[in-house]
Amino acid sequence: MKRTFVTVAAGVAMAAAAGAAQAFCGFYVGKADATLFNDASKVVMVRDGERTVINMLNDYQGALTEFAMVVPVPVVLQKEDVKTPFRAVFDRLDAYSAPRLAEYYDPNPCNPPRPRALSAPQNLAKKSVGRGMIAEDRAEELGVRVEAQYTVGPYDIVILSATQSDGLETWLHENGYRIPAGASKALAPYIRQDMKFFVAKVNLEEHAKSGAHFLAPLQFSFRSEKFMLPIRLGMINARGPQDLVLWVLTKKGRVETTNYRTVKLPANVNLPPYVKFDKTHSFGRFYKAMFDERAKREGHRVVFTEYFWDMGWCDPCAANPLTAQELANLGVDWARGNTRRGAPVKLTRLHMRYTPETFPEDLAFQETADRRNWQTRYVLQHPAKFDLADCENPQNAQRYLVQLGGRQEREAQTLANLTGWNIDAIRAKTRAAHAETPLSIAPGAASPAADWPFGQLWRWLHSEGA
Amino acid sequence: MRPQIIVPPIGAVGPRAATQGPGAWRGLRDRLGRLAHLDARLYQIAFLAVLLGAGVLARDFSLQAEQVALTFAAGIATQLFWVRALGLHRVGVLSAVITCFGLAVLLRADSLWVHPLAAAACLSAKFLVRANGKHLFNPTNLGVVLAVLTLPGAWISPGQWGADLLLACWVVALGGVVANRARSFDMSAAFLVCYLGALAARVAWLGQDWGVLAHQLQSGALLVFAFFMISDPMTIPSRMRARLAYAACVAGLAYAWQYVFYVPNGPVWALFLCAPLVPLLDGIWPGVQPTWGSAQGSARRPAPEAR
Repeated sequence: MKRTFVTVAAGVAMAAAAGAAQAFCGFYVGKADATLFNDASKVVMVRDGERTVINMLNDYQGALTEFAMVVPVPVVLQKEDVKTPFRAVFDRLDAYSAPRLAEYYDPNPCNPPRPRALSAPQNLAKKSVGRGMIAEDRAEELGVRVEAQYTVGPYDIVILSATQSDGLETWLHENGYRIPAGASKALAPYIRQDMKFFVAKVNLEEHAKSGAHFLAPLQFSFRSEKFMLPIRLGMINARGPQDLVLWVLTKKGRVETTNYRTVKLPANVNLPPYVKFDKTHSFGRFYKAMFDERAKREGHRVVFTEYFWDMGWCDPCAANPLTAQELANLGVDWARGNTRRGAPVKLTRLHMRYTPETFPEDLAFQETADRRNWQTRYVLQHPAKFDLADCENPQNAQRYLVQLGGRQEREAQTLANLTGWNIDAIRAKTRAAHAETPLSIAPGAASPAADWPFGQLWRWLHSEGA
Repeated sequence: MRPQIIVPPIGAVGPRAATQGPGAWRGLRDRLGRLAHLDARLYQIAFLAVLLGAGVLARDFSLQAEQVALTFAAGIATQLFWVRALGLHRVGVLSAVITCFGLAVLLRADSLWVHPLAAAACLSAKFLVRANGKHLFNPTNLGVVLAVLTLPGAWISPGQWGADLLLACWVVALGGVVANRARSFDMSAAFLVCYLGALAARVAWLGQDWGVLAHQLQSGALLVFAFFMISDPMTIPSRMRARLAYAACVAGLAYAWQYVFYVPNGPVWALFLCAPLVPLLDGIWPGVQPTWGSAQGSARRPAPEAR
């Protein structure tokens, strides 16, 4: 059973599972009742000692004039601390770390084992503020202080500090931000902790100059002992569970949350090979259904690890590791000047689906000393094709068929168990897949499609062999 | 021999109750009564075994069976070595088994050699690093700290317990029994009151939802620490007032570690750093050490085998 071909990037397809839930580390605020739409939040964090870089990808799809974002940050950010990384790097990082499908082919039991022809890798689910004038007097009156104000790329950015949450809420209201109800209560803990607020709006002129269709991602870096990500603000206007996909780039080892359970998704199991071609049970859909099922079973209380690997390599590779330049774009400064691609960079990919009730606190992290690479990899084991009537080693072939029947049933049960899909539907699809590429069977035996793929063969083997 | 237990800790089981009632019921109560007189360490071992089993099976502890086996092999061998080398009598391996369970439950490693090395080091320290006739550090605590500080690929996973209410209830209930047996419940209670009090004050000050406190309260890691680590009768001050002061110190430092300096695993580090205070406190308030079976701080003779 040689491995002959690998891959399939599922991309962020499963990340989009949250549907229209409005998620983000901060929150979006609009100035009209336009429906704001934000799929799973995508955040890339870089942590080296106390140096932290946070990259946020915008999937905002509403009118640009309505876009604004508020994110609590530990320190006042200066203009040089804020950048707009390339959107494409997010896609690269996503592709590199995506859950993957590995394919293997059974050797023909009639012949000595020999690898089969390779197929090409495939992507099943490819995805990979300007208020101009700030009225300082009024701000002071409200206990709000404009710590810094500048334009970076297509964004007008204001860094605020506040002494009281009501004042901040009023200030945001008066400056044209539509703050969701309950914002004041959510803002208060950050103000108490002396955190600042990073507020970004789109500068339409700058955006038009760039000619980009999408909003550029935002990156800000700072030094802080806090290794955390504020998610509570983004829950104010949440409807239903929200998704967050978080990539963390560190030097030493795997990153996990210290105030929530971090668990690995079920992986490295065999799935029925028809998953490769089927539309309703495709790999992308499988992964989404599996994630839904696990998140539900865990009561939306856990953080899932999807990938942890040394960025220098991969096996199997869903995409090539990021180059030093790409990593530098995300804020990894220790990979700079390194001619080998991102050698000492460790990547942890976390995926969580949370509700305000199940995640009452912001996410706190620690970098563990765990260096064991791990990935969400699923295996397709294709049965051998051979003619039983013309088989040089019929005993071996018969043994193989018996084992194969058991294996297919186990694969069907695994798929049903992981996704909650109907097992009879899975069996029917397995049958149909084999009807299209039938296994040659001995003369006299009934059509294999008439029953479970190898049911007839089994019966035949048992009656003949007895 | 073990000192006599004076309080029957399980329900109404006592000599008077045991003499009443019909045969079968009386027999059961007699048996429970005898159970109550067992060494507290047996309860601890049983409980930690359940905890470890549940963690490995239901909680994705990412712990390998080989790591557990090597921890026990190294731990018990080290204990036996020192008992022989120092010519000690009536010293068994029960406390070493507890230490090994503690290490397996708390310590995580990405290789096989971290656990046995930590077990050997901390159990050796138990015999070698002593003050006033008792060991200075709780062996599990020392083992975890040494491993994280000095060995590559070792860490503590404070979040792996999850905020599972049921688990927390079990830990409290069973931990309470164990701590009662060990007569050091005052340590656990004082630590929890101080630490949770500080957490509650923080939640109130920040204006956070009380769900945050409930979330922190349900942490299995915190309760395991409170009931199995800080309450070890062999490493706590002898007098009650000293114990309360000590618990407050550990709780204060743990809080600061976690919420002022933002470093995880506050309680474990705080206990390690506060351990040298025990001889000092014993100097200020001298008393007789409580043991695994004795009444707390009473005038009873300390058990020589309790190591």
